[in-house]
Amino acid sequence: MIRNHILVCGGTGCTSGKSKSILEKINNLIVENNLSGEVQTVMTGCFGLCALGPVVVVYPEGAFYSQVKESDVDEIISEHIIKGRIVKRLLYQETVKEGGDGVSSLNDTSFYKKQMRLALKNCGVINPENIDEYIAYDGYSALAKVLTEMTPQEVIDVIKTSGLRGRGGAGFPTGNKWQFAHDVLGDTKYVCCNADEGDPGAFMDRSVLEGDPHAVIEAMAIAGYAIGSNQGYVYIRAEYPIAVERLDIAIKQAKEYGLLGENIFGTDFSFDIEIRLGAGAFVCGEETALMTSIEGNRGEPRPRPPFPAVKGLFQKPTILNNVETYANIAQIILKGADWFRSIGTEKSKGTKVFAVGGKIQNTGLVEVPMGTTLRTIIEDIGGGIPNGKKFKAAQTGGPSGGCIPASHLDIAIDYENLLAIGSMMGSGGLIVMDEDTCMVDIAKFFLEFTVEESCGKCTPCRIGTKRLYELLEKVTKGKATEATLQEMEKLCYYIKDNSLCGLGQTAPNPVLSTLRYFKDEYLAHVNDKRCPAAVCKDLVSYSITDKCVGCTLCARKCPVSAITGKVKEKHMLDKEKCIKCGVCFENCKFKAISRG
Amino acid sequence: MKSIEELKAIKARMQAEINTRDAVGNADTRIVVGMATCGIAAGARPVLNTFLEEIQNKRLQGVKVTQAGCLGMCKLEPMVEVYVPGKEKVTYVKVNSDIAKKIVADHIVNGKTISEYVITNS
Repeated sequence: MIRNHILVCGGTGCTSGKSKSILEKINNLIVENNLSGEVQTVMTGCFGLCALGPVVVVYPEGAFYSQVKESDVDEIISEHIIKGRIVKRLLYQETVKEGGDGVSSLNDTSFYKKQMRLALKNCGVINPENIDEYIAYDGYSALAKVLTEMTPQEVIDVIKTSGLRGRGGAGFPTGNKWQFAHDVLGDTKYVCCNADEGDPGAFMDRSVLEGDPHAVIEAMAIAGYAIGSNQGYVYIRAEYPIAVERLDIAIKQAKEYGLLGENIFGTDFSFDIEIRLGAGAFVCGEETALMTSIEGNRGEPRPRPPFPAVKGLFQKPTILNNVETYANIAQIILKGADWFRSIGTEKSKGTKVFAVGGKIQNTGLVEVPMGTTLRTIIEDIGGGIPNGKKFKAAQTGGPSGGCIPASHLDIAIDYENLLAIGSMMGSGGLIVMDEDTCMVDIAKFFLEFTVEESCGKCTPCRIGTKRLYELLEKVTKGKATEATLQEMEKLCYYIKDNSLCGLGQTAPNPVLSTLRYFKDEYLAHVNDKRCPAAVCKDLVSYSITDKCVGCTLCARKCPVSAITGKVKEKHMLDKEKCIKCGVCFENCKFKAISRG
Repeated sequence: MKSIEELKAIKARMQAEINTRDAVGNADTRIVVGMATCGIAAGARPVLNTFLEEIQNKRLQGVKVTQAGCLGMCKLEPMVEVYVPGKEKVTYVKVNSDIAKKIVADHIVNGKTISEYVITNS
């Protein structure tokens, strides 16, 4: 009988930290030590604390080992598994019990304490490649309940009452979407899943598919029953190889068990799912472009109406939901609409997963109830900004969203509040920026992304974003005037109002929100020809002051040998050679480098 | 899958395995087996396995078996500590597989300490 479970994170983050070789080594040592009958290894999805990966957790002790290296595996096996002594030096610092054996619960650590994991409930708990484990945690019970006890309309009513809204960004009520598709007459309807997560820095959907693929499959089957569809498609980008592989395995297992296929649970309902790989175009996350791509055509959006619920994939009634939206469905069916309604704010129910990255201590995957403040996510869960730097802004919603300044850190996050301050929920990317970030440069970065990803079908987006980018470039090069800023703002609204799809309609948001909250930074670039964060290289110059004692450190650190001088004599900086990387400024112990 | 019963059967079969994956909580009864070199040499491993088998056979819920390092009295190994929530810890010494079975049946299931195997002052 199994006495220990060793869980090794197999998410993309930990895998790039070699968690697969760690798992392999653990398996080898288990065989070597004749422990095969007593110890079981499980490869799981993401635990969330990616900054401390690779993660290995040993149960029943609940020991959470972080930043494990291959060379640590011997010690874990010989000490913990064979002798029962927890390897304290590898434990996640916050779980070490003072002056005693054992560990304190992971749920009491600051990273997990304020989280509420619904969409991620099985991530880091089950083996995503084993359907039995999903079933053990109530998997496919919701599908069974729906097929044997509920009518399609009752299913839609539960989802409507629950208040669930689309987690892809726009926040459209999921139940209403299902109702539209249900009400349209037609023999053939389709259920699609949008797994084309394209925002820079976002990895929520990938993590759900890597950690709990069956949750999405089950929810799609439920949606199929609700609207009267027998065929589902998951549109996922090929850049997510682990997610694609696990989803593929999960679909095969569900088919073997008859949980997909003909006459599921002995009823008249049949449902099948196919995977469609996307080539990674950002525009294919837009619903009409996504369906065009599934049809085998070039991924370009088309005007709405007709809406997909009326004429979608292959001109048939179609619903399209995001991965995270689906991850909530089975639980709502099992626990009821009232349970779900009890979580969150008045208009935004349930939880939201955020991929927190950038200048933050605990980079990782975080799920909190709607209405949690940005401050809680960044300071309590995220552990604040590293290296004692100051918080400057948080960017939500990726290239479609906006930058939120420190003055709005205490707003409760929900769909309406984020829109009101010029950002949006988006799919859940959350990039934290510190004082070293130039907000003009950030706006330029996101715009560069949309310029490249614009599909080119409509002119406001194709040409407008390019022109807007050029204006921003003028600002960062010190060639702009205040009139340029006015011109930019005008162009932003023009692009928003006239673009065909969501990509263009939201592309100016990063520019508008930084203009709104960080106008002074733009003005410093424009009027003083100065970049306050010293990021825009054309506006920065370095020189050596009389404080220089001739320690030679800067000369040795300079990557282009632009600094020369003798020991104990003041050094000289060749401005022609200088590439303005700032290495001398950061390294000087005597504050002898001036930056202006 | 043609019926809900099939689904339930899989769930029941997996339950014992999944239980191991809950971290030990305050409400759990804990059986701690001394598994340092001294314990292993004195035969702690079969004892540990016996506990695990008995718990599975009797389908006991909320009982967790864990290991500990050297408990300090190597000549009395294999030693086993039993923590029942709300009660004093009981330490058994020189435990073998037969005694382990008795501990599960009498102490864990029926709540009776088996005094003849409990550590004494002498």
